[in-house]
This record gives sequence, structure tokens and C-alpha cells, in this order.
Amino acid sequence: MVYTAVLTLLSHWRRHPGQLLTLVAGLALATALWSGVQAINAEARASYAEAAATLGQDQLSRLSRADGRPVPLADYIALRRAGYLVSPVISGELRDGPARLRLLGIDPLTAPPQTGAPALEGEALDLAAFFTAPGLLLMTDETAAGALPPDLPPIVLRDTVPPGAAITDIGTAARLLGQADPNYLLVAADQPAGLPPLDEARDLRLQGPSTTADIGSLTDSFHLNLTAFGLLSFAVGLFIVHAAIGLAFEQRRATVRTLRALGLPLRTTLVAFGLELAGLALFSGALGLVLGYAIAAALMPGVAGTLRGLYGASIPGTLSFDPVWALSAIGMTLAGAGLAGLQALRRAAQMPILAPANPRAWAQASARSMRMQALAAGTLLAVGVGFAVVGGSLEAGFATLAALLLGAALILPATLGLILRLASRSARGALSEWIFADTRQQLPGLSLALMALLLALAANIGVSTMVGSFRETFTGWLDQRLAPELYLSIADPGEAESLLAFVRPRAEAVLPIVSTEIPLAGRPGEVFGQVDHATYRDHWPLLAAAPGAWDRVADGEALLINEQLARFAGLTLGDVLEITPDLSLPIAGVYSDYGNPTAQASVTLTRFTETFPDVPVTRFALRVPPEDAPALASALRDDYGLPPDGVVNQAQIKRFSLSVFEQTFSITGALNVLTLGVAAFALLTSLLTLATLRLPQLAPVWALGLTRARLARIEVVRSLILGALTFALALPVGLMLAWVLLAIVNVEAFGWRLPMTLFPIDWLRLFALAMLAAALAAALPALRLARLSPTTLLKVFAHER
Amino acid sequence: MDKLLQIDGLTKAFGPVEVLKGVSLTLDRGETLALTGESGSGKSTLMHLAAALDTADVGSIRLDGIEMSHLNDPARAALRRDRIGLVFQQFNLIPSLTVAQNIAFQARLSGRHEAARCAMLAARLGIGTLTRRYPEELSGGQQQRVAIARALANRPDLILADEPTGNLDEATGDAVLDLLLELVAETGAALMMVTHSTRLAARLDRRLHLSRGQVSAVPRAA
Amino acid sequence: MNVRLAAALLCLISPPVFAQGFAGLGTEAGGFAVPENPLTFDFPADHGPHPEFRIEWWYLTATLTAPDGTDYGVQWTLFRSALAPMTAEGWEAPQLWMGHAGLTTPEAHFSAERLARGGIGQAGVTPDPFAAWIDDWAMVARDPVSGDALDALALTARGMEFAYALSLTANGPLIFHGDAGYSVKSAEGQASAYYSQPFYTVTGTITLPEGDVPVTGSAWLDREWSSQPLSEAQEGWDWVSLQFDDGARLMGFSLREADGGRYTSATWIEADGTTQAYPDGALRMTPLAEAQVAGRSVPVEWRVELPDRGLDVTTTPLNPQSWMDVTVSYWEGPIRIAGTHPGRGYLEMTGYE
Ligand SMILES: Nc1ncnc2c1ncn2[C@@H]1O[C@H](COP(=O)(O)OP(=O)(O)O)[C@@H](O)[C@H]1O
Ligand SMILES: [Mg+2]
Repeated sequence: MVYTAVLTLLSHWRRHPGQLLTLVAGLALATALWSGVQAINAEARASYAEAAATLGQDQLSRLSRADGRPVPLADYIALRRAGYLVSPVISGELRDGPARLRLLGIDPLTAPPQTGAPALEGEALDLAAFFTAPGLLLMTDETAAGALPPDLPPIVLRDTVPPGAAITDIGTAARLLGQADPNYLLVAADQPAGLPPLDEARDLRLQGPSTTADIGSLTDSFHLNLTAFGLLSFAVGLFIVHAAIGLAFEQRRATVRTLRALGLPLRTTLVAFGLELAGLALFSGALGLVLGYAIAAALMPGVAGTLRGLYGASIPGTLSFDPVWALSAIGMTLAGAGLAGLQALRRAAQMPILAPANPRAWAQASARSMRMQALAAGTLLAVGVGFAVVGGSLEAGFATLAALLLGAALILPATLGLILRLASRSARGALSEWIFADTRQQLPGLSLALMALLLALAANIGVSTMVGSFRETFTGWLDQRLAPELYLSIADPGEAESLLAFVRPRAEAVLPIVSTEIPLAGRPGEVFGQVDHATYRDHWPLLAAAPGAWDRVADGEALLINEQLARFAGLTLGDVLEITPDLSLPIAGVYSDYGNPTAQASVTLTRFTETFPDVPVTRFALRVPPEDAPALASALRDDYGLPPDGVVNQAQIKRFSLSVFEQTFSITGALNVLTLGVAAFALLTSLLTLATLRLPQLAPVWALGLTRARLARIEVVRSLILGALTFALALPVGLMLAWVLLAIVNVEAFGWRLPMTLFPIDWLRLFALAMLAAALAAALPALRLARLSPTTLLKVFAHER
Repeated sequence: MDKLLQIDGLTKAFGPVEVLKGVSLTLDRGETLALTGESGSGKSTLMHLAAALDTADVGSIRLDGIEMSHLNDPARAALRRDRIGLVFQQFNLIPSLTVAQNIAFQARLSGRHEAARCAMLAARLGIGTLTRRYPEELSGGQQQRVAIARALANRPDLILADEPTGNLDEATGDAVLDLLLELVAETGAALMMVTHSTRLAARLDRRLHLSRGQVSAVPRAA
Repeated sequence: MNVRLAAALLCLISPPVFAQGFAGLGTEAGGFAVPENPLTFDFPADHGPHPEFRIEWWYLTATLTAPDGTDYGVQWTLFRSALAPMTAEGWEAPQLWMGHAGLTTPEAHFSAERLARGGIGQAGVTPDPFAAWIDDWAMVARDPVSGDALDALALTARGMEFAYALSLTANGPLIFHGDAGYSVKSAEGQASAYYSQPFYTVTGTITLPEGDVPVTGSAWLDREWSSQPLSEAQEGWDWVSLQFDDGARLMGFSLREADGGRYTSATWIEADGTTQAYPDGALRMTPLAEAQVAGRSVPVEWRVELPDRGLDVTTTPLNPQSWMDVTVSYWEGPIRIAGTHPGRGYLEMTGYE
């Protein structure tokens, strides 16, 4: 019986293949965007976890020096000779122009088992070759295929090595990096009986195991962003599905009525509907998975680039297939389809066998639910404002966003209804009066699609305003901050004297740049040593400064910190920051430092060298008249003999910084366009649904003296009006969104706050795009209306529906 | 002077089914004509052709001397709008407009709206107090009165009514028909009306019977 | 003695590589020196490392007794394995070191392992004053040193659950195996340099999970180096050092060949240190009983016969589960001897992985 019922229901699709396509496309699109974003997130998370597990960092403690410098080899040996099970790691980066490779030199002889040193697992490795010069480098094939520095030892492929890195014997790493002292020591989880605790043994800093690493929390915001977009797309996709299922149900009302009149129990009818829906959802979900995988694979390189550029997190640019991901995506599709079909099922359940078709009753019920919806919207908006006011965390920021967007979407139908009512009052002429009245009546059927459009438009406005503001601030800041015309770097600190002798007579000023990595207020950080020069005084944008800040810094009595450090550590002017036990200074100023995830502090060069006497000066900034810069650069290369990448001009750095920036937001842009496309599709399917339902309302108007072509044009105009009104409402919502992103989410996620800039030209473009979407969505139904044979319209008069 | 409506040799087929096989008839100004016939005999089809809602396969329809088959779509729409009033079995009011807006709709479309006439018609039809309501808030009889008011508001030359009382009970139907005939007589429009009821048909000037695609005059019963 | 272990050290952990390295050891000396007969020893220098040879060890076993009469056994071994016949300073020195420590009680057996590379000071051996160490494990000369550099030693090692600190005093001379230290290991002529100090008396403390236990007893130190000591056909070996109650001692080993044959060798040591070496076939070692140890069957009781000396004894282990759970695992533990010559000793069996 169920079988017959399902077959009867399915026969509908044979006669309406377009509708079937819509339903399948809607579900597939929803699944695709959601699962695509999830795939990207999962891949990135997995690689963070893998990175965190590299050398067992997630299980093993580490010993390192408080000042961040390498641990002297003698200290390591002393620890071993005292009986402690610690294992040395020499890590560093090999660079050659754009090519770079992170080396992890390990000692397989002492490495604790949790290190999982890949050198000693799996297929046979020529261990003699691994241990003796030239050594072996273990890396993934992706890393091996990328740009690598020249003159590397032979490469052995291992897919457990983190991207962009090579694992090698500590001896090989020591030789390649020119460093004998380990950067840190891995501490075995179990130590032999009878030894005093390790942290009392030496004045080294013992760091506990880092679970899913700091990089995870740094990039959380990015992934939250993606997830939010994914959910948005999924919601928009569900709107489509809802519309398609609603239509399919409306059209099969008569069939269902007949089936039930012929004795099919209600329960069986519902089961049949459910089975049909589940089957369609499974099929579409599978299709969506394929699509989602394709989307993710296409976006993955961009995401990898972004994460590398913005957060320094290495993830592979390729995607691996995860069955759990596939299952969860299909589950989400089933749940979504169930949700979308619930209303249709409920209506089927409640429909009396002999009820006449009455779409107007549905519309009335919708009017009631519209009021409820407006009420819910008001509550949500209030909650959103509440979250914004309380604020204080990334979660609160996103909760504000969610409440705001959802509230705005829910209140849309009521607002549009109000506007249309006002408009119809002032309408002159029977036709315009009818257009407004009729549009208002269509609202319930279109509201889901319009809500989707509103979400897409608002997200678009919000994100583009955020990105635009960011870009403007960032470029302005780069122009300011990157004042020196040339930047030099040397490989051998011993070369500094001769280089200085060469450039001093040729440049207006030579500013040494020296820094060392060191935790600041408990976070990864960097300390800079600077000379006192107008370049800094004039060009460093200080967000907050104590009186005479630069003088006090120059006198070595104070330091400057970046905005990120100030925000996360809650530091303000006058607070004392401890860099090392020997170096604690009050804060005289806070500078903006966009695009950098780590904490920074800046002291005078004298202070720096006192505290870190062993950190060599290998980088210099040169001030020369801008027109002389190219000549000096080539002189440095040709006459002095600096390698090509030893001289970088300002423009190059700017270009690089901006390209990192653009890449960061290219994925956002891509998702934006996709979401808008899906929203337009939702509008199209809704209009198609309505087109069939609305024939009885159009037929009399046609009979009373309007051509079909005119009616079709009216349909397009109506869609445009709705699109325009939706855009008008989306604009303030989008701007609020941008504000939340800039003032709350950015501060929490990146640690910097940006001024908001408005881009009306962008809005115009988006408005045009929205109009295009609305027109395109209305085009097909309108065209069909214009081509409709009079016979179809006449049937309205001739037959009982 | 020409007849108001002159139909000659009208043939219309739906696929293999020839519904009308050379129907001819005429209607004078101010004349009322009843069209009877079995269900499915093609009465509605004939009405739709006369209303310029559909096109014939063969034959001619002339309204006031204008040959409909020569008109393009916009001209046919204009003809419907300006010259014809329609009353359907299912009323076919515009659900999104109020009663007053429905009555005035066609007249306003053709630019001949007279508020006073609309008010008068509403009053005469007994729906003067209902003008702010929406169609679905009215009974069937009330809805059909609105449809009649709409058809007349435009001062059409020809009113085509397809079973206007078919959805109404007998008493209501009689009352509505009384009003329709009264108002048609007052405005001097011609009326062609489909009905099943011989009793009602008898109240019109002439009666034609449609059978097997042909019309034949039915003499007035004694 | 423990040739396979040293071979494994070279190849470290990966079994396929082990096979490859083993084959290499069996066939070619590959640029390394090989022991030549006759050998001339130069002490104390020869107590130190011989980097031009591929493998070398300092191997000490001790049979101990607590005041309450409980027997214990202790093992301390430092292996050296060269990737190239040279030394160097720094991370890239081609010398690898491996330490094994074992402690056997009648109820339990503890083992520990340490690995290190040469060139950075984490492990090594110096001849004079003598010191051999890896991490905090050490076998060093107790000052003042008189006589041989190995005559007075302090020995320490520590595992996760155990530790020991012993003081060793030699009361006899060094003895040399085979032909004045030239010890042949197969019919094809593979050989090693091999000498021992079998006359240590021991006092000290062992640390068990339950606490410290004072012990006394005797110990035996083996020194051996070589570059290609095994024949390709040899699968493993069974080795004993026996200290008879009458003061004489016996070193004997039996190399198992793939075809079921055995290559045996023995050194009889009188209480005064005079030795007699026995060629292949003079010593007979016959397994008597097997035990399930770490999931495999191992012959833990033996009949040892040396008819030339009227020797016919059976050995029983202090603890049949004396399994060294290290990178390349093997059986090593104290034994009791009954029969014509009662006494105590140590048994090592390799190649049962
Ligand atoms: N659009 C159409 N397509 C096919 N057949 C039609 C169509 N409209 C009417 N018919 C057929 O034409 C015949 C006349 O219909 P109709 O004019 O509605 O009859 P009446 O109004 O007299 O009951 C019927 O047999 C009907 O099935
Ligand atoms: Mg009909």
C-alpha cells in the first residue's frame, strides 16, 4: 500500500520535471555550501591538530630558555647526565627568496615515544643516511613539490610531516641552520625514579603540553566566520526547499484527497510523503556532497594561503575525504528537508478529505504567523542589542550578529507589508492599486525567499563594508608605517660593519632593525629594538600616547606596545610590562599593528642589546630620497654584492602585505557571491511556485482587459519593487553587521579595532546586483505568463479547481 | 445599422473534438439572449469566443462591426476592457481588492470611472454597505452582485454572463437575475446569458439552444 | 658477546633495515678495521673505545645476595656502534651508543635502555681514568686506581622503577679468550677481540619499588670489539658465564645456525686466572626445559657439558622471566648451577625475538 502511494506521489514529478529539478537543486545547493565550508574547516582543524601533535607537543612538556634563545648544548648534556629524559630539537627556517622551509631537527635516539618521530616509522628508511651527512629530509609530497631553498639534502616523502616543514636529524638541522644549540628540549612524560622535579633542576622554563595549540584559538574566528557563512547558505538553501516542497504539496492536494477518498489511511499517506522526501533528500544530499567537495577543493588553496598569511598557520592546500564529514552533511540535509517538509506534512495531516482548495485561507494563516514572527523578531533584535552592549567575547560578537540577522529577516515580511499598505494608499490608478494589493497578498508566499535575499544582501553589505574599512585602514597604515625606502638583510652578522660602511655615505639614515621572539604577558610575542629617529616619531601611528612618549622611549625609560598586546592583556599607558626579569618598563604608547597576530613591544636599541646581547643585527632600514632608492638598491646588489633578496624595497613589501590581505578576503568574497546566487535562486523558485498558485487571481484581471504581456511586465516590476524594498531594509542591517564585525568581532578575534568607512558606490553596485537577481528570478515566471495560452487561463473560469 | 454582435459560421475544436461546428447568431443592442444546452455542449466556449478571450478556428465574430479575428492581443484586451462586461459562474473577483475597488476596477482601467455610478450600482444591488470588505468576506450571492456591478460600471455594450446563478440557490439566483435584467434594461446594454434553467431563459427576449455544435432557436413557450 | 644487539643498534629500530644491516655485518667490513691474529693489547688504552671497529661493548653481569639470603642479578651494558670508522665532535659524530640495564629478583625482572650519539658528551668511554657512561648511568674507576684501570669500579644505573649503585673490586687478573684474545665466532673465521675481568667482588645497594636492599656478590666484565663478527647463517646465540663454588670459571657460547648446527666455544678459567680455550665442539649446550617468556618459547634450563674438564651441570634461572624488554629484546638473567660443579652464573640468549 505504501509502495503504491509512493508511486502515485512520485508520478507527479514525471509531469513536473522542472519542479523536481528545483527541489533537488535547492537541497543540493544547501548541502553543497554547508558541507563545503565544513570540509574546509575540518581539514584545517585536522591539520592544526596534526601540527599540534608534531613532535608530540600535544602530550609532551618542553623546556626552553626564558629569554627565548636556544638552550646551550652543555645544559642539555648536564640534564641528561643528571638522569632526566629530555630530547633536543633544533628548529628554524631556511629561506631563499620566496622559498622557505621549516626544519625540525630531532634526535631519534632520545626522542620520547610520543614524539612519533616519523623517521623511524613505516617503510624502511636508510638510517645510516639519516644520521650521517648530507642527511635526509622527510616531508610531504606537497611540500616537496613547492618552492624549496636550493642545496637541500635528499628528500624522503612522508605524509605525516606538517605542511611546509621537513623533519630531519638534529645533526642535519644543525649543519643547515648553522646552530649547535637546541631551541628547546622535549620532556618525556615519565621520568626515572628518584629524581627531583625537573622545574627545580635548571633555570629553564617548563612549558606544559599545548593542546590543539595556540594556532587553533587564533584561527577560531576565521573558522567561525566560515561556519556562519555555511549556515547562512544552508538556511537560504532550506528556503528553496521549503518553497519547492510547498509547491509540490499544493499541486498534489487533489491527488492526496483522491487517494484518501479511495481509502488510503492518513498515516500511510504521511509515511508515503515522508519516504518520498527522504529519498529525494538522500539523492540531493549526495549530489550536494559532490558539489560541496568541489567547492571546498576550489577554495582550499585560498584558505590555506589566508591562514598562512594572516596567522602563520600551515595547512595543506588540498582536501582529503572524510566519511564522517559526508555522513554529517547528509544528516544535515535530511534534517533540513524534514524541517522544510514539516509544514506540508502537517497540512496534509490536517486537511479534511472533502476540503475545497483555498489558498486564501493559507494566506490568512500566514498573516497570523507574520505577526508572531514580528514579535519574535523584536525579541531577537533586543537580544542582539543586549549582546552588543554586554559584549566582551567572540561568542558574544557572533551572538549579536546572529540575533541581528535573524531578527531583521523575521521582521522583513511585516515591514514589507506595512510599506506596501502605505504605498497602496497613495497609489493612483486601478492598476497600481491592484499591483500593491496583490503584492501584499503574495508576501507570505515570497517572504521566505525575500528573507533569504535580505540575509544575503545584509551579509554582503556588512562584509564588504568590513573588508573595505579594513583595506582602507590597512593601506593607509602601511603607507605610514613602511616609511623607509629600502630594507636590507644579511645572513652573516659579521658582515654588518662592511655593509654599514658601504651604505652610510649613500643613505640619509640607516636604522637597524633587531628583534627576538619572546612570550609577552603569556602569549607568543616579539620584542623590537629601535633607534630614536624621526622615521618612527613621524610615521608610527600611536593610538594612545603618554606625554613625551617618544622621548621617554628614546631615554630607555619606557616602551611601546602594539594594540593587540594592549587589548588582550588589558594594558594601558603607565602599566609596567615585564619582558624579562631584567627588563621591565612602563608603557608610554600603543601603536596600531594590523595583520599581525602576535604581541609586540618596542624598546630602544640600547635597552635591547643590554638585555639580549647575543641577538645579532642583521636587518636595516634605509632612508634615502625616494628617487634614489632604485639606484642604491642596484648598487647594493651589483657593487656591494648583497644577494638579490637581501635588498627589498618598500613597494615590494607593500605589495606582499596587500596580496596577503586580498587573499584573506577572497574566500569571503566568493562565499558572498555564492550566497547571493542561492538567494536569487530561492526567489526564483518561490516565484515559480506562486505563478501556478496565482493563476486564478490573474485570470480575472486578464479577462477584464489586460494583455498577458502586460501582466508579465507587472510581474517583473513587482519582483523589482520587492527586491528594492528588501535592499532598502538590508542596507541598515548590513551596516549594523559591519559595525559589529569591526567593533566587536575584530577586536576579539584579531585584537585590533578599525574605524568604519562607508562605500556608497559598493552599495549601488550591490543594489544593481540585487535588482538583476530579482529581475532574473522573475524573468522565467513572467516569460511563462506572457507565453501562457489563453486556454490555460480560461480553465480557471471553466473548471472547478 | 449593424447588429451589435454578429457571429457567422463559428467553428472551434479542442484537438480532435469539434465543440462548435459553424455556429451563427446575432444580437441587437439592448436585446437579451438566453443560451441553453447540455453540460459540455460548448456554451462556455462560445461565450469565451464572444468575449475575445479565445480565438475561433473558422468563422467570424464582429462586435459593432469590428472583426475580432483581425485584432492583435492588445486590441483584443482593449475591446474586452472597454466594450464588454463579464459575469462568471464563480464570480472571479480579485481577492486582493475591496468590494469598492473590484466594482471600479474595470471602469478605471478603461478610464471611464464614475464614482457616482459605482455607488449607485452598489446601492441598487444591495451591497452599498459592504464596499470596504474583501470578496472572501461575502456570501456567494453578494459576490455575484459585486461581479454584476463590476460588469455594469463600465457602461459596456455587451454583457456576457456564463451561468451567473449556477452557484447560487434558487431564491438568491432569482433575486440576482432580477437585478441583472433590471439594470441591463436601464443601461441599454445587450445581454447574452448561459443558463440551464428554462424558467430563467424564458425571462429573456430570445433563447438559443446549443446542441452537437449547432445552435437552434427555441420558440417562446406558450 | 651480544653481537646481534650491537648489530641492531646500528640499524636501530626498523626491522627491514635491521635485516639489511645484519646482512651487511655478516659479509663486509666496509672500510672498518677487522681483528687480526695475533692481537696485541695496549692497556689502559684498549679499555677505551675503538672507533675504527664497527661494534664494541662493555658488558657487566653480577650475581648478588641480600642479607636475608635472597638472590639478585644485575646487568649493565654499554654498546658502541659506528656509522663510519671515525670519531668527530658535535651532532654529526658517526658513533652511536646504547645502554642496557637489568635487575633480576626471584619475582621480577626490570630492564631499561638508553640511546645516545657520540660527539656531544652524552655518552662515551675514556680509558684513563676509566669512565664509561650514557646519561646518568656510569661505570667509572674508583680512585685511587692501582694496578689495572678496571680493578676498582663504581657502577650506577637507573630505570623507571629501579636503580642500583655498586662498588666492584677485582681480585684476579684480566683473562683473554680464544687465541690470546682473538675469539673466532664461526667456521668461516669471523672473529672479535675478546677479554674479560671475571673476578670482581661486589658490594652496594639495589633500589626496588619496595625500597633499598644492601647486596654483596661477584661480577664479570666482558670487553669485545669487532667489525664483522657473525656468519650470515647464524641466527642467535646462547651464552653462559659460570662461577663455580671451587673458584674456577667458565665462559661458553653456542651460536645457532640456520641449518640447526651449532658453533661452540669455551674458556676455562682457573681460580688464579690461568685459562684454557676450547675450540668448536668441545663444549656441549643442550636445552632441557622451555618457558613461555614474553609470548615466546625460550629454553631457560640447560645442560652444559665440557667432557675435557669432567663438567656436566644443569642450570636453572633465578627468574625464568628475565626478559630484557628493550629495542631488540633478549633473555638475560642470573642462574644457579647444579651437578658436577655447583655455583652461580649468568645466561644470555638472543635471537628468540
Ligand atoms: N481547454 C480545453 N481543452 C480541451 N477540451 C476543452 C477545453 N475547454 C473545453 N473543452 C471541451 O469542450 C467541450 C465544451 O466545453 P464547455 O464549453 O465548457 O461546455 P459547457 O460550458 O457547455 O458545459 C467539453 O467537452 C469540454 O471538455
Ligand atoms: Mg460552461
